[in-house]
Amino acid sequence: MSGTFLGMPSFQAAAKEALGNAQQRRNLEHATRTIRGKRAQVVAELDDWEGLRRTAAAIKDNVLTHLDSYLLQLEESLTRAGATVHWASDAEEANRIITGLVRATGTDEVVKVKSMATQEIGLNEALEEAGIRAWETDLAELIVQLGHDRPSHILVPAVHRNRAEIREIFLREMGQVGAPPPAVLTSDPRELAEAARVHLREKFLRARVAVSGANFAVADTGTLVVVESEGNGRMCLTLPETLISVVGIEKVVPRLEDLEVFLQLLPRSSTGERMNPYTSTWTGVTPGDGPQDVHVVLLDNGRTDALADSVGRQALRCIRCSACLNVCPVYQRVGGHAYGSVYPGPIGAILNPQLRGTTSEVDQSLPYASSLCGACGDVCPVGIEIPDLIVHLRTRVVDEHRGGVPSGEQLAMKGAAWLFADHRRWEKAQKGAELGGRVLGGKDTIGRLPGPLAAWSDARDAPTPPAETFRTWWKREKGGRR
Amino acid sequence: MSSRAAILGRVSAALAGADRVPPPRQEYGAPAAVPDVVGLFVERVEDYRAVVEQVAPQELAAAVARALGGTDRVVVPPGLEGAWLSALDGAEVLVDDGDLSPDDLDRCGAVVTAAAVGIATTGTIVLDHRPDQGRRALSLVPDLHVCVVRESQLVGDVPESVTLLRAAVDAGRPSTWISGPSATSDIELERVEGVHGPRTLHVLLVRDGDGLQSPA
Repeated sequence: MSGTFLGMPSFQAAAKEALGNAQQRRNLEHATRTIRGKRAQVVAELDDWEGLRRTAAAIKDNVLTHLDSYLLQLEESLTRAGATVHWASDAEEANRIITGLVRATGTDEVVKVKSMATQEIGLNEALEEAGIRAWETDLAELIVQLGHDRPSHILVPAVHRNRAEIREIFLREMGQVGAPPPAVLTSDPRELAEAARVHLREKFLRARVAVSGANFAVADTGTLVVVESEGNGRMCLTLPETLISVVGIEKVVPRLEDLEVFLQLLPRSSTGERMNPYTSTWTGVTPGDGPQDVHVVLLDNGRTDALADSVGRQALRCIRCSACLNVCPVYQRVGGHAYGSVYPGPIGAILNPQLRGTTSEVDQSLPYASSLCGACGDVCPVGIEIPDLIVHLRTRVVDEHRGGVPSGEQLAMKGAAWLFADHRRWEKAQKGAELGGRVLGGKDTIGRLPGPLAAWSDARDAPTPPAETFRTWWKREKGGRR
Repeated sequence: MSSRAAILGRVSAALAGADRVPPPRQEYGAPAAVPDVVGLFVERVEDYRAVVEQVAPQELAAAVARALGGTDRVVVPPGLEGAWLSALDGAEVLVDDGDLSPDDLDRCGAVVTAAAVGIATTGTIVLDHRPDQGRRALSLVPDLHVCVVRESQLVGDVPESVTLLRAAVDAGRPSTWISGPSATSDIELERVEGVHGPRTLHVLLVRDGDGLQSPA
């Protein structure tokens, strides 16, 4: 399996293949059920969860609609605190900046804190091309990297792998890139975590450059925040001499005090804990403590396109908790790979088409990767109306296909519009349907339809038309007595 | 045009004509109504499978020595209260002078630090890396972290803690929020304690007062 998402087929095509993977379905079912239960429990402990969500949404909306001034404030705060600020319009520019910074240190390897932004820009591949090895240090990212695999979940990128598969990957791959696992290794998660500890420790202790993302960037102080569990983040943020952080421009929060809202919402929504084991904050350079060469790369990469859409903009509130993945019936069955992006699940269905545009097959198909059940919108800690945005983006995809040779679906919809536009036409059509209903007799549903309609009917049970419509019934029963 | 100018230009263009949403009227740092802050803190720290012990001030030195057990080399920050280590027997104590390398720290079995804040609702200890807590690497590389928290440092919930953090950030200091030992749920979402940070977190919660009064 390739490490990139380029040239992905449509969601529907990839989903069909993923559904055939029974092992993955079992792994996902188990994992998402566990995390849903934990989340529900710790969310119920708070008196006013809804109030927190509303406040978080309001803070983010304030940020997004004043992003120009907050970005300038952030830049000024960071610079005052001793950090160097870089601006990157797209992935290619960000990768060029980071590669240049790493080269300038004279080293040929970096340790990495799990970061969605660096995955989004394909940093590891870009560094590899420049002869720089990037070591992922989050356990799940390590599993994905060693397995030459792709992440399938925002928070737990190896959620599609079970312990036996992980053991095999460690035994096969670990020794080739560093400290090997012990000769006797069971699939007990404790033993697997211990093998990762030993494997990565030598990399942490010798690392001179680290690359991270940031969960939050505080405009008024220049403070960056990384929320994590394993301590790999702390290792990367503390031990190397140079730290490069890639921060999406939507990660800004105005005031340090705003963190009180997000530090309550994020851990409970993502891992279902009252608080994650480790949260690190740092403000530029602290003499005598941690990296003395601190860089921040502010990344656009499509975010300003999303910002320009007054409806779609709210997707930029996302704090990458992944609660929407864990409740999504579509994600739970299909898994993350079919979404063709590092952002899978409901949030991916609305974020990818906005960040990347709707030119590729997979990005056009993503707004349809939903049953519109609404569970994602209910759990979102920053109140993103994900189902509404899915419908909004479906409209965009349909609008972009207007003109040219109409598709079968478009023709059908045009026909339906003509039919519904005049009640006489509709009544005539219903008369025809009643005839059909009588012909089909006792059957409840229409089976497989012929020709191109088969694709539609194969996945749906359409009820047979009634032998008598409501209008006919009304005329017969009540019409005369009004 | 520089990318900075281009991005800021695109942001301004994207927001042209947009409704500018004001910041919410949020009461920051509101204290949480927690009836028994000490009891809840102990319960929640234990919930992470960390060790937590309540001790009287005059028992602290002995408790520190006990918590360090058979550790033969201990590192401490330069500003740590000397009396806390007075009951140590035989262990080598390194006082961090800022020159210890990551490898040096890796050869230390334990670290003893103070803390800045303890949060009851989440069972979190916040270090703001003053001299009695030391630089970040100290409380990260050794495998056992003995952390001394005073009852007077406890707050109810996260908002009060963030308010207290402002002074540290203004002074240019980092902060580390610690909730139990390092942990991962990356394998089948089953929680495993002990990955890269200290695998054991031992919290010594010191009772308020001069130690002569009996606790309520």
